[in-house]
Order: sequence, then C-alpha cells, then structure tokens
Amino acid sequence: MSLRFGLVGAVAIATAWMSPAQCDTIKVGIIGTMSGPYALFGQNFKYGIDAWVAKHGSKVGDHQIEFVYRDEESPNPAKSKSLAQELIVKEKVQYIAGLYFTPDALAVAPLLEEAKVPMIVMNAATSAIVEKSPYIVRTSFTMWQNTVPAAKVAKARAAKKVAIAVSDYGPGIDAESAFKKTFEADGGTIVQSIRMPLNTTDFGPIMQRIKDSGADMIFTFLPAGPPTLGFVKAYIDNGLKASGVKLLSTGDVVTEPDLPTIGDSGVGILSTYHYAVSHESSENKAFLADLIKAGAKADDITMASVAAYDGARLIYKMVEATNGQKDPDKALAAVKGMKWVSPRGPVSIDPDTRHIRQNVYLREVVKQDGKLLNKELQTFDAQPDWGLAKN
Amino acid sequence: MAWTGLSIGLDALSYGMVLFIISIGLSIMMGLMRVVNLAHGAFAMIGGYLASFALKNAGYPLAIVLAVLGTIAIAFPLEFLLYRRIYRKSDELTQILLTIGIAFVIIGVANYILGPTTKSIPLPPLLSGPVDLGFRMIPAHRIFVTICGVCTAGLLWLLIDRTEFGIRLRAAVDNGDMAESLGIKTQILFSATFALAVGLAAFGGVVGAELLPVEPFYALRYMVTFLVVVSVGGAGSIPGAVAASILLGLADTTGKYLAPEYGEFFFYLAVILVVFLFPNGLLGRRH
Repeated sequence: MSLRFGLVGAVAIATAWMSPAQCDTIKVGIIGTMSGPYALFGQNFKYGIDAWVAKHGSKVGDHQIEFVYRDEESPNPAKSKSLAQELIVKEKVQYIAGLYFTPDALAVAPLLEEAKVPMIVMNAATSAIVEKSPYIVRTSFTMWQNTVPAAKVAKARAAKKVAIAVSDYGPGIDAESAFKKTFEADGGTIVQSIRMPLNTTDFGPIMQRIKDSGADMIFTFLPAGPPTLGFVKAYIDNGLKASGVKLLSTGDVVTEPDLPTIGDSGVGILSTYHYAVSHESSENKAFLADLIKAGAKADDITMASVAAYDGARLIYKMVEATNGQKDPDKALAAVKGMKWVSPRGPVSIDPDTRHIRQNVYLREVVKQDGKLLNKELQTFDAQPDWGLAKN
Repeated sequence: MAWTGLSIGLDALSYGMVLFIISIGLSIMMGLMRVVNLAHGAFAMIGGYLASFALKNAGYPLAIVLAVLGTIAIAFPLEFLLYRRIYRKSDELTQILLTIGIAFVIIGVANYILGPTTKSIPLPPLLSGPVDLGFRMIPAHRIFVTICGVCTAGLLWLLIDRTEFGIRLRAAVDNGDMAESLGIKTQILFSATFALAVGLAAFGGVVGAELLPVEPFYALRYMVTFLVVVSVGGAGSIPGAVAASILLGLADTTGKYLAPEYGEFFFYLAVILVVFLFPNGLLGRRH
C-alpha cells in the first residue's frame, strides 16, 4: 500500500514540477473503500471516474483535473477524517468525493465549510448527511428514497403482515422507519421489527423468529457485502420461501456481483433500487462499454460506479463554473437544479436538499440467457429523498 | 413453546458443531503443542477457497478431501520453516507475532489473487434446501454439519485416547525429553499433529461455509470466536471443546432468537461466566 501511495506522491510531485505555470492542476480527493471487505465498491468508484475521464478528457477548459485516491477501508470515522485533513492540507484538493460509509461521511462533513471544499457523496445513504454542511451534494441514493417505493410495492402486492429485518446501524434504521411509516399509513401491519447486528452471519434463528411471527412478507435491508448472501440463503433454506413468505428488499441485498453466488434459488426476489446494471437505455449501454474499457469486469459492476460517474460530471461542472478558482458557493450554485440523463435514467439535483432526484425501479431477480439479473418491472418516477422531504 | 425451545436447540447444535470442527484443531495445537496459532482461521479460510475452486470440476465429497489435503500441503512449508521453531518452547509473544503475521500475509494474498468478494461453496442437491422435521423446516446442511461434528469428535477421541499415535503424542506432550530418550520421534509426531490441526481447520472451513462465509477477512473475523471456544472448553480437551461449542452456540442462538438487537451480548456473557467459574476452561487441565 505504502508503495502505491509513494508512487502517487511521486507522480504528483513530478507533475507539479513539470506543469507550466499557466496550466493549473485541480485536485480531487476520492475517499473510498479501496481495500478490505468492501473493496469492490471502492474499485467501482474508480471505474466510474475513469470511465468519465476517458470519455470527457482530463481537462476542463485549461484546468487539468487530477484524482487522488485514499482508502477508507471500513466504517472508520477517525481514519476518514484524517484522510480528508491530509487531502485538504497536504494535497490541497479543491473537492472531496467518494465516501462509502455513512459514519465516514459524517466525520468529514465538519471540515468542509472551514476548508471551503465541496464534497460529493458517491454512496453513503443516510438522509441526514446532506444536512451536515451546505457544501455537500449527493449522487447516490438514500434509504428513504429506495424504501418508500418498496412499502408501496408491499401494499400493491397485497401483503398484510410484514416482518422487517434490517442491519442495526444508521441506514438500516432509516430503512426500518421509512418502511414502517409508509406501510402503516397505507393500512398495513408490521408484525415484527428486527434489528440485526452488522456482523451477523448466522441468520437461522432470525428466520425462525420471522416464521413464528406469521408474516406473509419480509422487508429487509443489509449493506451490500458478505452478510446479504447469508440472509438470502437462510431465507430459502429455512423453508420460508417454500411456505410462501415473500422477500422484498432494497437492491443492496441483491447486487449484481452477488447474484451468481445466491444462485437459481434467488429467482423471484423483489427489490427496489435506483440502478440495475441491466437497465435498458442507450446511455447505460454506452456507460457499461466505457466501464469495461476502463478496466472493470462485467460481473463486478455495481451502483457505486454510476454514482461515481455522475459525481465526476458534477465535479467537472463545478470546475467549469468557478473557472478553477476555489469558490464553493459558486460551485454549489452551479449544480443545484442541474438536470441530465444518467445511465440510471433521468436525474436532477434537488436545489433544496442537494440530493439527487431519480427514478426508483421495482426489480425481480430473473434468469435470462443463463445469467441472473435484476429485471425492472415498474418505475417510480423522480423520487426525492423522502427522508428529507418529510420535514 | 416446547417446539420453539427444540427449534432453538437444533440451530444451536448445528452452529456449535461448526465452531467445534474449526476450533478443535486450535485447541489441539494449544493444549498439546502449546502454540497459540492465530493463523488457524486463515487455514480454515484456505480450505474454503480450495473447496470453492475444486467444486468447479469435482463433486462435494471429493472437494472436501482435496481442500483438506491442499490446505495441509500449503501449510507444510510454513510448518517446516516457521512453526517448527515455536513448538512448546518459545514465549507467547513470539508465537503471537509470528502467527498473526502469517494470518495477515494469507489475508493479503487471498485478497490480491481472489478478490474481496465472498466465494460460494455450492452444496450438492442432497444437502441444499430445507428438510421438513414436522414441527419446523431446517436447512439440510445443518443436519449434515451436526453429523460431521459428532463424527469428528468421536474419531478424534479414538485417535488420541485409544491409538498408539495418541499414546506417543501424549507422552511427548507430558515430557518431551523423556519421550525422546525412549525412542519416540517427537518432531515427526508434532508435524503430524500440526497437519491434523490444519486439516481439521480446512474441513471446518468447508462444511461451515454456509454459516461463516468464505472471504479474505474470514481469517481474523472469526478468530476471536475460535479462541473463545478453546478457552471456555479448556485447551487440548475434546469433550471440553464439544461442551464449549454447544454452550456458546446455545447462548448465541438463543440471544439471536429472543433479542437479536443485543448482538453478541449473550455469547460473551456466557464466556465471562464460564471463565469466571472455571479459570482453566470447562474441562481444561491446569498447566
């Protein structure tokens, strides 16, 4: 690792040395999970950004854009904060982006105003993050945004009694409250609400508990990663699927790289999410081709790459609007209300919340041409972040 | 209510058996060879990876055998170059630094070569899916794991208590110099025991993969749990490890069923109580 940092540093010094005075370099610090159990998503940040740069060049006007990567590794607020400090003070970055985990994003937030550095959140999905600083804008999603449509689906599919099982941390609790509020407002009953510790790997007892509660549908959220697989398997192997209990989740539970491991028994699982790799549009097709060119493997692509791709778009727009000067207010003003067609569908930046407004899709795991994928069944147009909109 | 109790008991038993199969190798290393092998989890993980690889071309039973033998083959150079130096004599700090270093190296290599995602160990049709027990459905592999655990415990007990190998091994453990002067080749005995411990780790890593999914951080993620089983059961004691695994499995599973939001509270509560009452573990010998 230190070798890599060493190389990055050496390259940075070399470029600073060689570049002529009139052509400046604007640095963007990316904090992502580049190693560790969640490395897949950090790599997806990089794929998304590389794909954007490959398509649109590494220059905005006369300004050379340089991305500097740092490794947040795991939910580690103290480390993320010191990485952000290092990026601001030593690397003199004008923008910070990335941030896979909510606690990490929250730890960086207090630095932004003082340093006059805007932050583009490319994953961390707790609603409250954007409220922590006026310089935060988010291109990923929030739990509320993806969960409110899920509760509508549960109602539409005539679920009467739902058991909620979520991971016991910020986004999980967001998902639980969002589902509960929406579903109960529609007249449904929540029979069981379970918060599972993040490090749970044996879901047998939890499945038994859900079964004993007599629920006819489970709504779940776990962060994409190793535990999701165990949950889905326990659901199938403990006979809940066979006895007709439906499983509804946010898309985090059935990310595309996990589908082959879940296997054919995963067919029929419903989820609501803002991006499916199989989304059918010309923009997505071109995007996927660019990702592969940037070095991604087709089976490794996740929602983090599209958030990074759109995040890079915002950064380029901000640099253009400020003409490379450090002016966060002007930069933010330039992207508020911005509208474009992303690989995930039409999106816009909500001028009030600075969170992305986007379609949320209901998808079902299906097998097509021998490959498992999330097939979009229904579209919920232009969903705001319901977590912020509720106030 | 009675059904619920039985149902929790079944889940606890199978989870406990997974813990047992993996931890017993660690217990043997600690009890008989006085090595705190923090790379034990890493060997279990290697077993899992090899099985996942072997399953692409081979059947499940063959994959288990290949994984166990493959892991022993990978571990052997480590034994020859490193572990051999720390049997019985060296201080704990050397052992811990050495073995945790090995664990880190294995994690790094696994992450680099195989990537950070979970590797699947697909079960044969016979072992996948639910089995109806009348009062509840239980995953077939949990029954399989329980049987594996019981067999492992029985065979190990026979091996160490009833065979020539066991007698020699216990002699070498109790008084190495005396055993050596009686013509017992302790070095070979210890190497064989190391291979046995690693093989058991690999076996547990494969059959337990449904409950402890195989990914690079497996090596350290579950290490604390394995160490806890050994210290609660008493290092080197097979019945102790069985008792500890079932007790801890029960505490964990009951906690998860009745109050999942408490996380591992009940697991560690059980640990604290046992260690408080039995400082040498449930059936451990005083050293």
